[in-house]
Amino acid sequence: MTNAAVHVEGQAAQHALHAYAHDAVASGATHAAGQQHPIKLYLVVWGWLFVLSTCSYLVDYFGIHGHLRWSLILLFMVLKAGLIVAVFMHMAWERLALAYAILLPPVLVLVFVAIMVFESGYTHLLRSIFFAATA
Amino acid sequence: MAETTLMQPKAAPGTIPGLRGIAADWASDQRAFKNVSWGKAMMWIFLLSDTFIFSCFLLSYMTARMSTTVPWPNPSEVFALNIGSKHIPLILIAIMTFVLISSSGTMAMAVNFGYRHDRVRTAALMLATAAFGATFVGMQAFEWTKLIMEGVRPWGNPWGAPQFGACFFMITGFHGTHVTIGVIFLIAIARKVLRGDFDRERRGFFTSRKGYYEIVEITGLYWHFVDLVWVFIFAFFYLW
Repeated sequence: MTNAAVHVEGQAAQHALHAYAHDAVASGATHAAGQQHPIKLYLVVWGWLFVLSTCSYLVDYFGIHGHLRWSLILLFMVLKAGLIVAVFMHMAWERLALAYAILLPPVLVLVFVAIMVFESGYTHLLRSIFFAATA
Repeated sequence: MAETTLMQPKAAPGTIPGLRGIAADWASDQRAFKNVSWGKAMMWIFLLSDTFIFSCFLLSYMTARMSTTVPWPNPSEVFALNIGSKHIPLILIAIMTFVLISSSGTMAMAVNFGYRHDRVRTAALMLATAAFGATFVGMQAFEWTKLIMEGVRPWGNPWGAPQFGACFFMITGFHGTHVTIGVIFLIAIARKVLRGDFDRERRGFFTSRKGYYEIVEITGLYWHFVDLVWVFIFAFFYLW
């Protein structure tokens, strides 16, 4: 009985060790010491950040207005932020336990945004009704 | 033994990858961040709290701008510059954006060379990053001076909604402070790298702990965050 349990446990440990070794081999090339990645990757991302910044500046330069302007600004902003966090800050290579712990809480700020949108709409309404004559 | 958690530890045998790993890591009744040193984890947690601070600034700016009945000053015009005889909208802010992105690039390279223990290149790239950062702060000082001369105050300005000045000085001032602290941080660490503290495992005068090249990556995390915040300020305050 005890022998069998030990045997099963030993097998499980061996399996886990094997999985770890496999993992290490798979990512060994880039994870020799800390976060090491090819220089080319950084240069490509750097180039893209320049392109995206130029694009968002051109939105203003050409005076695009309305919903197209806002969606373009948000699109370029999210792409730039994503590239910086994922590659420059190495979040793409971290374990998901860290990535989710850091990246999920800021998403909840959107709830706060929604609350303040309602709030400012209400304030704006009151101001237009009661201070319209002086404004 | 106590020193092992200071270095970037390898994931222990048997750690589970993927989504199941999240539950396993957090429920492991040990440290939740398996292959991240405490220094890096704490920098990430600090950056998370800083995210909330800047979120609150941008939110209060949004609330002020959405609730005012007076038209908001057009940032495209406010931050325009006359270069030669040409009137170019928002040009100073565009240049500042490129300066900060360049600094992020040099920082990423510095982290890379740091892990290869290339002392001279790491320190040189970190000092280049610091120089870009100092340039950015200098341009911001120019921008502030220009706006103050034109009559922008936290309580009013010549072009429209009086909240413009308060939002501008608060948001860009706080960001500029972060950049300045980053420049100091970069110079301090670059000096240690150049002196070879991390090769000779010299102990810090304040903490009396050994340093590792990982501190270059941690400094980098802070620096990239400063760049990241600028991405949002550029989009919401200057372009919107």
